[in-house]
Amino acid sequence: MSDLDQFREDVRAWLEANCPPEMRQPMRDESDACWGGRNPAFKSDAQKSWLETMAGRGWTVPDWPKDYGGGGLTPAETKILKQEMARIGARNPLMSFGISMLGPALLKYGSEEQKQRFLPEIARGEIRWCQGYSEPNAGSDLASLQTKCEDKGDHWLVNGQKVWTSYADKADWIFCLVRTDPTAPKHQGISFLLFDMASPGVSTRPILLISGNSPFCETFFDDVKVPKDQVVGAVNKGWDVAKYLLGHEREMISGMGLGGQAESLGAALSEALADDNVLRADVARFDVDAMAFRAMSERFIDELKAGQAHPALPSMMKYAGTELNKARHELVMAAGGSNALEWESDRSNKGKAAREWLRTKANSIEGGTSEVQLGIIAKRILELPGA
Amino acid sequence: MPLYLNDDQAMLRDTARGFIAGEGAISKQLRHWRDTQCADGFGHALWQQFAEMGFNGILIDEADGGLGLGHVEAGIVLEEIGRNLTPSPFLVSAVAFVAALKGTAQRARWYPGIISGETVAALAIDEGPKHRPEGVAMRAERSGNGFSLSGRKQFVVQGASADVTLVAANTDEGLTLFAVERGAKGLAVEGVRLADSSIGARMTFESVEVDADAVVGEVGGGEAVLSRALNAGRAGAAAELVGVGVAAMDMTVDYLKQRKQFGRLIGEFQALQFRAAHLYSELEIARAATLKAQQLLDEGSPEAEGMVSVAKAKAGRAAQLACQEGVQMHGGIGMTDEYDIGLYMKRDRVLNELFGDPAYHADKLARMKGY
Repeated sequence: MSDLDQFREDVRAWLEANCPPEMRQPMRDESDACWGGRNPAFKSDAQKSWLETMAGRGWTVPDWPKDYGGGGLTPAETKILKQEMARIGARNPLMSFGISMLGPALLKYGSEEQKQRFLPEIARGEIRWCQGYSEPNAGSDLASLQTKCEDKGDHWLVNGQKVWTSYADKADWIFCLVRTDPTAPKHQGISFLLFDMASPGVSTRPILLISGNSPFCETFFDDVKVPKDQVVGAVNKGWDVAKYLLGHEREMISGMGLGGQAESLGAALSEALADDNVLRADVARFDVDAMAFRAMSERFIDELKAGQAHPALPSMMKYAGTELNKARHELVMAAGGSNALEWESDRSNKGKAAREWLRTKANSIEGGTSEVQLGIIAKRILELPGA
Repeated sequence: MPLYLNDDQAMLRDTARGFIAGEGAISKQLRHWRDTQCADGFGHALWQQFAEMGFNGILIDEADGGLGLGHVEAGIVLEEIGRNLTPSPFLVSAVAFVAALKGTAQRARWYPGIISGETVAALAIDEGPKHRPEGVAMRAERSGNGFSLSGRKQFVVQGASADVTLVAANTDEGLTLFAVERGAKGLAVEGVRLADSSIGARMTFESVEVDADAVVGEVGGGEAVLSRALNAGRAGAAAELVGVGVAAMDMTVDYLKQRKQFGRLIGEFQALQFRAAHLYSELEIARAATLKAQQLLDEGSPEAEGMVSVAKAKAGRAAQLACQEGVQMHGGIGMTDEYDIGLYMKRDRVLNELFGDPAYHADKLARMKGY
């Protein structure tokens, strides 16, 4: 038996012994996700113990180095772990922007001291991070951001406003793009700053969305003092860190349409499709696209781990994955008919289908719109002129 | 197994790419055989060169004189065939036919000729204008020591020049596959030139007598043989479609970087950039689905058949988009015979129909998933 086959057997046995049965049930809605944090809200003992057990092995971040709280697994081993988790329907033990976005940026650009300080607590889910990127006047044109960050000798002083900050009202810390040189060309005066959301001068206001939920906030900074050692990478070189992190964010968003979902949408909707040939055909075409995209995701991750992926490929994944997810929810709504329109009833789980459908419309906007991604593909992969 | 080519496979791709781009080029093969009205529609010399390169034995076990490789490797060659629109018996003879004969007594009779490039094989499955292998009507009645075949087949690719044709027919025991040799008495073959200038055949069987040893596999055991042939043929056609689509896209993107209108390169226009970027995305996804299907076939996975349908449908639609966008973005010259882009559109249409179109495979997938 090869080492990898042995590893698979070991993982399978370990998961069997350690993954609580409740954590093998599909998540019913977003509230079933475990986000950790300073004041974690665990829905159950099983959720708490699953996080602690996985974090104990470094398997919340299986491919990070062991020194920083990771599992130290190779790409092939990481893939096997994910496959074995998927096989028994094991939930992700920890949802975290620290894992999916900040961590990779720190591993690449952070100082040794920053890695030691921040990565282990991300791995254990002890600090919940949010992302301060967009501003009211800096959306697709992100590099025109204006949040001011002044060097006051022994500290930074931050003033300005962010918007669409996901879960800012629940986050403990923020990774934030700020302008440290207002005179430099727009891409060159930006720094990547980390600070505590409990700092004096930070306030948040949730934004009510069309779904009736408020996952995003406006975030205000009013004379916020930040210690000097909390810039990642060089001062005024934050755009490099920002772009690298965006690649990981796009990767994460591209996978949203697939994670934890039934392999076949048609199988899940079969009752509604039985007397609707046209909708059945639409769903069948969707299943072809979704299964093909699933293969693309596997290929993308394999190539990424082997260092073979084109650096702009996350843009393609983000574009295709989010458009697919929107299409999925349009079909779910069509199959649900007027049942899926109920907004508050218990029967509809308080409008779950409709609210999720509306939520997906943000997928092709957040993390760079579909149009931004197509522009990146055209320019960086197809090398079309003047894009 | 990671979902990308390993080092040996990448080396095979480089070899195949260089060889087929040279010897299999459009000017040397497709246009030559088309413009000389060749009755076969392909060159036998190139088929022999394929043999010398070892390509023909890719799917044949080493014990039978082949290379003992898999569907991934066959797909590598097919993608290059697709890129160059190279007319070749490779897909039907060295992939689908060879896969059908795996593990059967017919191997010894037909594999050597395939390996040496002397034998051309064909598959006779379709009986109407659409691919409906579940509804074969052709009959094979017991007769003497063998069978008597009667019925009609169409879209038999390379059927007019095939030394042997694998024919699907129903016996009292169920679906059965027969290897029928060229010139069998009672067999009428009408070569028909298709839109892409390849030759498909209509075949009429009037009490064609074959021996019992013409049966491939078991009498009544045709489902398994046909399934091997179709899985291999569909995955292979998907790979060829990816090649067709990628080459059409590359040609079009190059054109966007050269053609000027309104004082600008047309590739600067966002309306065209976005469409080109979307096309790129679709083709990459199609390529991934195709490779996944090939890997699953090579692993003998029970999930392979579903993924093969996904690959054939996705690659078909992506290549179709590439050719439609290609002709449109080339503008007027895209409509001329002189430019190659239109040849891609014609090949794409034929490959989309071969072994089931995207609608057939979406429906097949839905049935497999229980809806």
